[in-house]
Amino acid sequence: MTDIDRAHTLALLRQMLLIRRFEEKAAELYSVGKIRGFLHLYIGEEAVAVGTMQALTPEDGIVATYREHGQALARGIPAGSLMAEMYGKANGCSRGRGGSMHFFDVSRRFYGGHAIVGGGLPVAVGLALADELKALARVTACFFGDGAVAEGEFHESLNLAALWKLPVLFLCENNLYAMGTALARHQSQPDIRRKADAYGMRSDAADGMDVLAVEEATRRAADHVRRGHGPFLLELRTYRFRAHSTADPELYRRREEVAEWKQRDPIVLLTARMQAAGVLSAADLASLEVSVAGEIDEAVRVAETGPWEPVEDLTRDVYTETP
Amino acid sequence: MSKMTYRDAIRSALREALRDDPRVFLMGEDVGGYGGAFKVSDGLLEEFGPERVRDTPLSENTFLGAGIGAALGGMRPIVEIMTVNFSLLALDQIVNNAATLRHMSGGQLSVPLVVRMTTGGGRQLAAQHSHSLEGWFGHIPGIKIVVPAVAADARGFLLAALRDPDPVFIFEHATLYPAEGEVDEQAGPAEIGRALVRRAGDAVSVITYGGTLGKALQAADELAVDGIQAEVVDLRSLRPLDTETILASVAKTHRAVIVDEGWRTGSFAAEVSARIMEGGFYSLDAPVARVCSAEVPMPYAKHMEDAALPQVPAIVGAVREMLGAHG
Repeated sequence: MTDIDRAHTLALLRQMLLIRRFEEKAAELYSVGKIRGFLHLYIGEEAVAVGTMQALTPEDGIVATYREHGQALARGIPAGSLMAEMYGKANGCSRGRGGSMHFFDVSRRFYGGHAIVGGGLPVAVGLALADELKALARVTACFFGDGAVAEGEFHESLNLAALWKLPVLFLCENNLYAMGTALARHQSQPDIRRKADAYGMRSDAADGMDVLAVEEATRRAADHVRRGHGPFLLELRTYRFRAHSTADPELYRRREEVAEWKQRDPIVLLTARMQAAGVLSAADLASLEVSVAGEIDEAVRVAETGPWEPVEDLTRDVYTETP
Repeated sequence: MSKMTYRDAIRSALREALRDDPRVFLMGEDVGGYGGAFKVSDGLLEEFGPERVRDTPLSENTFLGAGIGAALGGMRPIVEIMTVNFSLLALDQIVNNAATLRHMSGGQLSVPLVVRMTTGGGRQLAAQHSHSLEGWFGHIPGIKIVVPAVAADARGFLLAALRDPDPVFIFEHATLYPAEGEVDEQAGPAEIGRALVRRAGDAVSVITYGGTLGKALQAADELAVDGIQAEVVDLRSLRPLDTETILASVAKTHRAVIVDEGWRTGSFAAEVSARIMEGGFYSLDAPVARVCSAEVPMPYAKHMEDAALPQVPAIVGAVREMLGAHG
């Protein structure tokens, strides 16, 4: 990369920083019991959500996993709405019914927040089928992890999307572990992108710690899909710095391995590149941190002051209510 | 009004829906070129084309999930699953997505999906094609379960399901496809959640649905020869369940025999029985009885399958025993 666009890279850096600080705050609030249930932190993987979202338009659809805080923030769902959701408040993006694993925002075409590994892929295929039948030139971006690649739904969905040439962008966020099981211990062919070959589908892989590389690879892939050439599998090679969830003592990986990957922290990498290109000053960084901290404080305030859904509403929206 | 088979009644509704609503499309295994495993969609591919009558790979979980996604995307998909036993491969999408997405998203999403599948035994298809598992599906809030027993309902419920904003599962008993019934093709959708008294009587309520309605009516005819007037209640919908009609019938007859092709343990008949205990206990003159399938995987040999399924003599016997012991 020779050219560094200051405004654009600053925006990317701010989004990654927002996700990082949001997640740190979420971990802190979890430890004091404000957030309960499972909490799967995104720290380390920020470049994937932020880089991929650059290639998607507001009309495109998003289907994500239970580790979706990064995607939700990068999609532009207000941090307060997400924090309130994790508090279980009625002003949360899913009215407090979903929690950390089930963010939804239909106005932004953000279709979850799926906590059955692989379960989002068929839904993404269907959203793309609807677009195809309505002749809408939209892309459905479907995030999933390396663990999902072992599920039947992955193979069935790739087959169906390729067979029907549907506009699905399959985004495999390969963080090397299916919860605690290393890729090489759950895949006979650990080169994930190659699985697309079996379905006659185009694929690519990119460095998921380099936000600019992610953006560039996603633009190429999304362009292929948008132009009606059928689905695309893009593998983004990344790493989760924190435990799988708050319940995970991390007995399956070495401290040294985590430390090595932290050398390639996506925020540190982008910061260094911007500094080397002379487009990021210490003052810029400080002001980014201040603005992000302000946004996080506001998010916590929104969550703290939000109302609880009345218990009388427990059974509302199991079915659509007819007036 | 015209005589029509159950199969033709469904096809009539499918054709009407495809003709009137551009959002409607069909997908499933062999629904197109083959004409449907049970010939329900025969001719529709030629009439509406491969965009709207879509043959799928054998990927039940994914094409059902794609139906959910397409419904979220504004379409009105009708997904056909060949048999209820195959639907087990799609349980993830049914239970974890179709049933949950609306509530879990705080009411933002709705899934106007229609799923049709065959259920039931009686055709010597042995233990992987013959079970009646609709009672399991009836356990799940967030989806609706209809079990049409007659041609008019097969048509009416399909039309109703397509107008419903939530996922509706239609269980078609496989022995019913060639059965003829009166169908009014001008009639609109049937009301989901409303049971019907198919035969009035005062001695006992025989409560059933789907493939065993015919057997219950036949049993009632036999009992009538001896002057025993059985009232036959057709549930038509397992969720929502019309408790009111069940209790009104039991209040009148004071006795209930529930006929259900599911296995007795944990059966839908058990749910109906519990509702009667909760809401009609003091009107009962006898303990509630159930006629269900024997608790075995369905055998192939005809005499064994016949023995495993609820049959007319067993229904007649249950009623006589109840009246004899508590008459």
